[in-house]
Amino acid sequence: MLRSLLIDADKCTGCVQCELACSFENEGLFNPSKSRIRVFTFHQEGRFVPYTCTQCADAWCMQACPVDAISIDADSGAKVVHAAMCVGCKVCTIACPFGTINYNSATGKVIKCDLCGGDPACAKACPTAAIRYVDADQTGFERMRVWAGRTDAGSSATA
Amino acid sequence: MSWAGKILRVNLTEGRCLTETLNHQWAQAYLGQRGLATKYLVEEIDPGVDPLSPDNKLIMTTGPLTGTMASTGGRYSVVTKSPLTHCVACSNSGGFIGAEMRNAGWDMIIFEGRSAQPVYLYIMNDQAELLSAEAVWGTSVWQTDEWLHNRHQDPMLRIAAVGRSAEAGCLYAAVINDLHRAAGRSGVGTVMASKNLKAVAVRGTEGVGNIKDPAKFMRAVNAAKQVLADNAVTGQGLPTYGTQVLMNIINEIGALPTRNMREVQFEGAQHVSGEAMHEKRATDSKPNLTTNAGCFGCTIACGRISTVDKGHFSVENKPQYWGSSGGLEYEAAWALGPDTGVDDLDALTYVNFVCNEDGFDPISFGSTLAAAIELFKIGAVTTEHTGGQELRFGSAEALVWAVEALVKGEGFGKDLGLGSKRLCEKYGHPELSMTVKGQEFPAYDPRGIQGMGLAYATSNRGACHLRGYTVASEVLGIPEKTDPLVTEGKAGLVKAFQDATAAVDSSGLCLFTTFAWSLEDIAPQVDGACEGEWTAERLQEVGERIWNMERDFNIRAGLSAADDTLPKRLLKEAANSGPAKGRVNDLDVMLPEYYALRGWTSEGIPTDATRQRLGLS
Repeated sequence: MLRSLLIDADKCTGCVQCELACSFENEGLFNPSKSRIRVFTFHQEGRFVPYTCTQCADAWCMQACPVDAISIDADSGAKVVHAAMCVGCKVCTIACPFGTINYNSATGKVIKCDLCGGDPACAKACPTAAIRYVDADQTGFERMRVWAGRTDAGSSATA
Repeated sequence: MSWAGKILRVNLTEGRCLTETLNHQWAQAYLGQRGLATKYLVEEIDPGVDPLSPDNKLIMTTGPLTGTMASTGGRYSVVTKSPLTHCVACSNSGGFIGAEMRNAGWDMIIFEGRSAQPVYLYIMNDQAELLSAEAVWGTSVWQTDEWLHNRHQDPMLRIAAVGRSAEAGCLYAAVINDLHRAAGRSGVGTVMASKNLKAVAVRGTEGVGNIKDPAKFMRAVNAAKQVLADNAVTGQGLPTYGTQVLMNIINEIGALPTRNMREVQFEGAQHVSGEAMHEKRATDSKPNLTTNAGCFGCTIACGRISTVDKGHFSVENKPQYWGSSGGLEYEAAWALGPDTGVDDLDALTYVNFVCNEDGFDPISFGSTLAAAIELFKIGAVTTEHTGGQELRFGSAEALVWAVEALVKGEGFGKDLGLGSKRLCEKYGHPELSMTVKGQEFPAYDPRGIQGMGLAYATSNRGACHLRGYTVASEVLGIPEKTDPLVTEGKAGLVKAFQDATAAVDSSGLCLFTTFAWSLEDIAPQVDGACEGEWTAERLQEVGERIWNMERDFNIRAGLSAADDTLPKRLLKEAANSGPAKGRVNDLDVMLPEYYALRGWTSEGIPTDATRQRLGLS
């Protein structure tokens, strides 16, 4: 089963545990500025919004890469940057409409979410389940369940 | 490790920034943050120094777990000699700037001297420079924050700043970071402003590595996170209601100081409680609380993000207060509410916004206003002093007037900036000041919670709930329930809490974890990250060492056992309602036992044997 990250910003408290887990998994140290997932604070609105790569099926970054350094991981479906091949041209960072692939000046390569090989550290670290790793074909399931509950008295419905 | 190993020393007089190696021997003895920075302070300044002179120093400091993934590992402290208490001051804050300091590669920043012109410190990783703050001198923390973000074109810049109250010499000014987190108590912001230092702006992209045993550390971190999630207080109570979960509880047990501590229960408590912050307003159907919020790395997320009703008189025609910002914590809500007799949640929230916007301690402000209202009530302060404003318990208008007067720093507003002790002395009634060592009480009446009386009297930074929170045991039953109305056993309880707290405050973690964690949960996290072997016993000993070091500094600064006391009101005037009705605080029963348990003389001086045992010179 292909799975994907499901983010519910309403549950986010802005604690950045996801950024810490991501950077530790990928960089070996706690460094939010190198995290593939980022939490944005909208102070006046009182909102915290985590954001990361959505793993487009037809990925702009992958299409744009002139040296084929980005490929699909067959198991997780993640679009993965092969650091050894990346030349740091940053064309992918221009191509991505969401800004979720970024240049890392410390290495001269780009970095993006690779779903941690199918076991994303951010989802495991999140204390409020604002980030979950769910069936990629059923990301709307939980929202449907909530709405279904509102149309009937049965708020404890199972599928 | 896991200290960065690097200190930034900023000489403001000469305008120089120098890099130093951290004293690792001291780090092993004092851990970090509160303990380690206080060690630097007591080694480097004369205890008798005028706190607002260039000879005082101000240290911004992180702990070894600051910036790591340990839950709540984002704390930093501001350490200096307090202008309010003349004791050692250490004010702890969350938010994000502490972790940013560590990400930039610094354990600590030591400020010394005084700049001739207003400046701010800009740090980008290992680069640090002093830049002119002329343009923002005389502006609020919020304006300064916006100006710095615009100037450096960097939305990720983390900023700590002082506001207009600090510049005007308010003796309980805070250092505000990330717009609404505060190193709040004891006037650390006043010292910062006295050095013509307006702000510190930090950006760090280096990361925090240097973990002794990463696998072991992460196992300990994950286990401890689970303990927080499973605990009723840290897993449910605090995220839902914040520290404001306490308002109704403390009122019920008759320990909610009311109207300048003349009473112990407030009839309007429910209207300003954590529960009330969830209720929808009649005018716009929105609750006061927008959301809860976590500081860096915190899986509890007790922080309150709130709005004021746009139709409320306090924010009419003031759109800058119409958005969400840092809402009421329990101590602030108490000082601005029950202690002044005001039960208007919107007024309290607005005043709390102003405390953050212009950087001062809402506990000391509310308590000082409460004393002023009592002075007005007995005729010692009149409308001639206030420029026509009447001061009455329960008046939201007076509360709003007072906070705006304080920010302006003129007339009676200047007097309010003196703090309760100096205000009451000025108007001839020192007995009306509810303070210990010059610092105002927080929100627990020691007539209804006996152990807190001893904790307040012996606190190294004056009246404070964060130096020995026996409320945990006496009210909440953590780690085990003790009777709040008895004195037996409280000396030992206070000592244990004081020492453990000093250790937690030195680690980079938040004290609020200790609703769920004991040192047994914290030690494996420190041990996984830090050089050396760290057990709960060792942390307790480090805490005791820190406590005695602070005590020693205060004694050399001129304090004595005579200062380990409470206002007469709490020792002589009995509680007039609730479970503690008829009780005063029996400090005289507890204090001698406490001195003995501490290994101090009957005059409250650490004996040579105690000093030797703790390795204090």
